[in-house]
Amino acid sequence: MSSSAGAQGAPIKSTGLHIGEPAPGVKKVDPIIVADNITRTFGGLTAVQVEHLEIPRGAITALIGPNGAGKTTLFNLLTGFDKPDTGEWTFDGQGISGIPAFKVARKGQVRTFQLTKALGLLTVLDNMKLGAKGQSGESLARALFPWFWRKEEQAIEERAIELLTRFKLDAKKDDYAASLSGGQRKLLEMARALMSEPSLVMLDEPMAGVNPALTQSLLDHILDLKTQGMTVLFVEHDMHMVRHIADWVVVMAEGRVVAEGDPHEVMANPAVIDAYLGSHHDEDLGNLDTGVMTAIKELADDDADERKE
Amino acid sequence: MIDWILLFSNAAQEIISPTTAAYALAALGLAIHFGFTGLLNFGQAGFMMLGAYGFAIATLTFDWPVWAAILTGVVASIVFALILGIPTLRLRADYLAIVTIAAAEIVRLLFTTNTFEPVTGSANGLQGYKGGFEALNPLLLFFGENDLIGFGPWVYNPYDWWVRIFGWSLVALAAFITWRLFKSPWGRVIKGIREDEDAVRALGKNVYFYKMQSLVIGGVFGALAGMIFILPRAVVPSNYQTSLTFFIYAILLLGGAATVFGPIIGSVIFWVLLSFFSGFIARAVEVGWLPFLSNVQAGQLRFILVGVAIMLIVIYRPQGIFGNRKELAFVK
Ligand SMILES: Nc1ncnc2c1ncn2[C@@H]1O[C@H](COP(=O)(O)OP(=O)(O)O)[C@@H](O)[C@H]1O
Ligand SMILES: [Mg+2]
Repeated sequence: MSSSAGAQGAPIKSTGLHIGEPAPGVKKVDPIIVADNITRTFGGLTAVQVEHLEIPRGAITALIGPNGAGKTTLFNLLTGFDKPDTGEWTFDGQGISGIPAFKVARKGQVRTFQLTKALGLLTVLDNMKLGAKGQSGESLARALFPWFWRKEEQAIEERAIELLTRFKLDAKKDDYAASLSGGQRKLLEMARALMSEPSLVMLDEPMAGVNPALTQSLLDHILDLKTQGMTVLFVEHDMHMVRHIADWVVVMAEGRVVAEGDPHEVMANPAVIDAYLGSHHDEDLGNLDTGVMTAIKELADDDADERKE
Repeated sequence: MIDWILLFSNAAQEIISPTTAAYALAALGLAIHFGFTGLLNFGQAGFMMLGAYGFAIATLTFDWPVWAAILTGVVASIVFALILGIPTLRLRADYLAIVTIAAAEIVRLLFTTNTFEPVTGSANGLQGYKGGFEALNPLLLFFGENDLIGFGPWVYNPYDWWVRIFGWSLVALAAFITWRLFKSPWGRVIKGIREDEDAVRALGKNVYFYKMQSLVIGGVFGALAGMIFILPRAVVPSNYQTSLTFFIYAILLLGGAATVFGPIIGSVIFWVLLSFFSGFIARAVEVGWLPFLSNVQAGQLRFILVGVAIMLIVIYRPQGIFGNRKELAFVK
C-alpha cells in the first residue's frame, strides 16, 4: 500500500487494497468506510441499493457509473445530507448512520457538491476561513470579544493563504467568490474543504465543467491529497482521469454496486460494459447519449492499451 | 403662502425622533434576519408588538419595575422566535415567511380581542405605563419638568429628550453589537448560510442553531424597537399591522440590506421624507395649489410620494445607500 505521486505525470498507484477476488462488496485490508444494506427509494424508484461496500483508507477510489446510477444519492447518504430507508455504516470504525451532516463533517469526512457551492458574496479568503474547524469565534458569546479569537483567526488566515497559494487562487483572495470562473470555483470548494483538515475527502464530479487548462492542476491536487495521507472518494465520468489517478474503482448501475477492482481490470469487466450500455444493447449506437459514447470509447482504448502491454 | 421654514423644521425633527429610532432598530433586526442570514421574516411587527405589550403589561398588570418590564418584552420576543423557528428553520426559506406573517397577525388579533380586555385593553390598547421610565430621567436632576431645552427645531421638555436619548442609545448599542458580530467568525458563518446553507453544513457548522440565534437576536431588536415606539405614545394594536413590517422592509432596502448603518440612515430618510411630504401637501391644499384634492386624499398622497421616492432610489441605487454595488452585480 505505497502511495506517492510519481515524478512526471504517472502517479504511483496504491495496490493490495483488497482481500480476495475483486467483486462487488469485496473486503478491504484497511477500510475507512464500511457500509451495509443501504437503500434509498424515491417513490417507486430505488435510487440506491448497496449490500456491502468498503472504501479503502489512504487510497483514491473512483465511483463511476452512468447518469442516474445513484452516485450522488449515495454521497448524500454517507455524508448525512439525506436519510436512507435502511442501512448502517461506519466511518473510521464509528457508526455514523443517521447523524446530521454537520456532525459527519466534524468527524473528518468532508464533501464537495456536483453543483459547485462557492459562497458567492463572501470573499475567496472568507470562503476559506469558513472551512476551518472548531473556531471559538464562531460561538455567539465569544464573537463579540475579538481578543478571544484574534490569534486563532490569524493562524487560520495564514493557513488559508498557504492553501490558496497552492491552488493558485491567492491573487483572488479579496475578490468575491462569485467573480471566479467555474473551474476556479471547483478549486476553491476543494481548497475550502481542506481547511477542515479532513481524513476523507469526497468529491462529486470535481472535473465537470472545468476548463481543460485547469484539469491537470485539479488532478495533481487530488493526487496530493493522497500524498498527505488523506483518503479520496470521487465521482467522475472521464475514464481517462479515472484510469490516471484512481487506485480503486467502484462501479454503480441502477443503485447497485455492479463491479469493483483496480481501474484496468474493472474496465475490462463485462458487467461494466453492460452497466454503461444497459438496455441500449440492441439499439442503434447513434441514439446513445454522449456520456455513454465516451465511456465505450474509453473502454475500447483501454482494451487496446492492454493488448499492447 | 407656504411656511417653508416650518416644513423644513418639522422634517428636521424627525431626524432624532423616537419613532425614527424605533424603526431604525426594527430595521436593524430585520437586516440581521434578511440581509445577513437570508431569513425571510415578514412578522417584525409581531416582535415589536410583543416588546411593546410585554413592557406595558408587566408595568400595568404586575406593577414591575422598568428593568423587569423591559426583560418581559425581551423574553416574550425570544419565546416567539423559538416558536416560529423550531418548526420552520429546518425547512425551505419560504416556510418561515408564511409562518411569520401569519403569527404576527395572530398576535395582533390576540391583543385586539375583547377576551383579554382587562390585561390588553383590547382595541383601545394601553397607556399610563410611563411613570417608571419617567422617574429614571437623569435630566430632571438639572431641569424642571416643563423646561424647554434645545436649539433650532429641536426644542423639547426633559421627558421628550429622555425618550430620544434612551432610544438612540439603544440604537447605537445595537448597531455596535451588530457591527462586532458581523466582523467576527460568527458573522462569517451567518453570511455563508445566506449564500448556501448546505455548503456551510458540509463544513461542519450547525446551520439550524445559527439560524435560530439570528432569528432571536433580530427579534429581540424588534422587541426593543417596540418599546421605544410606545414611549412617546400609547400602545394601540392597530399600529402593528402587516404594513408596519413592509415599511421596515422599505427602510431596509433604502439603506442597504446587508449593512449596519443602512437601516439607521434609511429610517432617518424615510421619516424626514414622509414628514416633509405630508406637511407640504397639507399646506399646498390649504393655499389652493392642489384644488383637485380633498384633505383626506392629501393625507394618502404622502405615501404615494414616499413610494415614488423609494422607487427612484431603488432604481438608481438598488444596493441601498450603504450597500456595495459590486455585491449586487452578482445577485442575478
Ligand atoms: N430528491 C430526489 N427525488 C426524486 N428522485 C431523485 C432524487 N434524487 C435523485 N433521484 C433519482 O435517483 C436516481 C439516482 O440519482 P443520482 O444519485 O443523482 O445519480 P448519479 O449521481 O449517479 O447521476 C435518479 O434516477 C434520480 O432521478
Ligand atoms: Mg450525480
